[in-house]
Amino acid sequence: MTNITYFKDQFEALTATDSPSTIRDISSAAFETFNQSGLPTYKLEEWKYTNINSLFDKDYQFSKDNSRETLSPSAVQALNLPGQNEANELYFINGRFTPGLSKIISSEKELIILPLEAAAKGTYQKIIADHLGSSSKYLKDGLHALNTAFIQDGIFIYLPKGQQLKAPLYLHHITDANTENTLSQPRSLVYLAENTQLQLIETYTTLGSMESFNNEVIEIVLQENAYLAYYKLQNDSPNAAQVSSTQIHQIGKSYVQTLTISLNGGVIRNNLNLILDAVGNETHLYGLSLLKGNSHVDHHTLVDNKQPNCFSNQLYKGIADDTATGIFSGRIIVQPDAQKTNAYQSSKNIILSERATINAKPQLEIFADDVKCSHGCTVGQLDEEAMFYLRARGVPFKTAESLLLQAFASDILDQIKLEPLRTHVEQLILAHLASS
Amino acid sequence: MMLSIKNIHANIDGKEILRGINLDIKAGEVHAIMGPNGSGKSTLASVLAGREEYEVTEGTVTFLNKNLLDLSIEDRAREGLFLAFQYPVEIPGVSTTNFIKAAVNEKRKYHGQEPLDALAFLKIMKEKMALVEIDQALLSRSINEGFSGGEKKRNEIFQMAMLEPKLAILDETDSGLDIDALRIVANGINKLRNENRAILLITHYQRLLDYIQPDYVHVLYNGRIVKSGSKDLALELEEKGYDFITDETEMTKSS
Repeated sequence: MTNITYFKDQFEALTATDSPSTIRDISSAAFETFNQSGLPTYKLEEWKYTNINSLFDKDYQFSKDNSRETLSPSAVQALNLPGQNEANELYFINGRFTPGLSKIISSEKELIILPLEAAAKGTYQKIIADHLGSSSKYLKDGLHALNTAFIQDGIFIYLPKGQQLKAPLYLHHITDANTENTLSQPRSLVYLAENTQLQLIETYTTLGSMESFNNEVIEIVLQENAYLAYYKLQNDSPNAAQVSSTQIHQIGKSYVQTLTISLNGGVIRNNLNLILDAVGNETHLYGLSLLKGNSHVDHHTLVDNKQPNCFSNQLYKGIADDTATGIFSGRIIVQPDAQKTNAYQSSKNIILSERATINAKPQLEIFADDVKCSHGCTVGQLDEEAMFYLRARGVPFKTAESLLLQAFASDILDQIKLEPLRTHVEQLILAHLASS
Repeated sequence: MMLSIKNIHANIDGKEILRGINLDIKAGEVHAIMGPNGSGKSTLASVLAGREEYEVTEGTVTFLNKNLLDLSIEDRAREGLFLAFQYPVEIPGVSTTNFIKAAVNEKRKYHGQEPLDALAFLKIMKEKMALVEIDQALLSRSINEGFSGGEKKRNEIFQMAMLEPKLAILDETDSGLDIDALRIVANGINKLRNENRAILLITHYQRLLDYIQPDYVHVLYNGRIVKSGSKDLALELEEKGYDFITDETEMTKSS
């Protein structure tokens, strides 16, 4: 429990600094929550498949402010995704936004990026006050509170009315675990005003072989007629643990597509909450996990239908090899007012090894009477007839397996509308399938 | 001898299906195996292609001087054995063209040849497409996905043309085909017939043999070849039905 003592000391040091009251208030409340609930254990229903607590057997350090400077711009540039020159790229080093490494090509008229602390004091004060920390209502565990307690060098991203941003926006999270076990806690608030469009991509990279823990919270708000395509690419090293919480709040009639690709990493937990808070919201949630080795990926989704006539569709596909574990826990709530809700959910999985595990848990909580909801889940093996057919024509076992797995993944990959990203992910998957 | 099957016995789920099959096939020959349902025809094809759920308990198979039963499924194909499936599998998401290109190049690699480049592959593909009257649009789709029965069988013969096997085993290639489709498929097979290639036709009905004239006809019954002869045997079967063979066999057994 030395981590807990450490967190307390650090929190005291942090409160001594001069942060805006908006942020200070929610941080203090969150630290209270953290003190009361501690780190989540597997005894909590929401955490029963993912033992986060045991990861804290090791001592973690927050990054010291100056450690960010140890990464050279060229080292960071080397981590860029290929083929994406026309992009805005923001870097978080050890959970802290690092402007010096970031590249913003859109004009200030199109895209506003501010440190959270600065945004909380100026023009956007009301937005910050209304929306920063709203995910705490849904994610009440100590880990989420820990992020909120330590909001520091987070960012505020704002798309002004009518801005349909052509250049995608990348958030690159880099954790430097070269010299110590590092706990990163990136925090962002994204606000899409009326008639805007954004393609947002998050990537994660750990450098070094010490333990890395990325405890991220990102909150996204969509106004009337906003469009968001949100991609999360998880392809980190086995020493990288991650709890990534994304809450998307659709307060105007808007369109959201999310796509989570999980390829490599240690323990990964994704909390993805969609709050459908305006009539006629539309949301598509896609996920693809290709797990091998000892990877553990736990997807928790929540779609909360609060208003009538909303549509949501979830399709999560998983492939688990070796001793990997995949979890899909999808919860759909239909509130009493949310008549004419259409909410669908499907989880399809392939197990390639006897020691791999897939858990799927759909939960429907329906309090309205005129709704269409469905859920389904399959766990199976590769089609043996198809394998035989391919091999009987001379295609090697490994290639046949790879062809069938690519085919399985293809309808998810087709949803990546950003061409360079899709090409990149397809190549990663090819290499991933070839290397096992 | 291209293929020499000696006293093959094979089980599935502990049940003996093949009970001592002997068959020799030389290059250039076309053999037809006929027999009633459940006689073991498709099992024989499966055992030769290497389907893993069948267990060979006795006997040997020599293919081009190699012990066929020791070869993996893939290597059997690369050595020149081709099985046209009775029920070709639909494989959504895998493009037919990419798959055939992979198969052709794997075979070339096995024989120490350079892979075909896109242009060379396309040229060969165009030639072979004409042979079986198959449309390019069909080949750009996923393997057999949504194909009609006739299209599936034509795709099988197209793949046979692309892979240029030494021995082609055609498992009930005529089943489920209307007369036009049967004619196209049979024409394709006839064009692929040559002195270096052997063909083993497995069929329930004589009608395929109206189009493809076999050199030999064998009747399989109860896991054994009980009668062999020329193509006239097929006509006799057509006329008298399988009963005449089965009765004969039962009589021999009981006497």
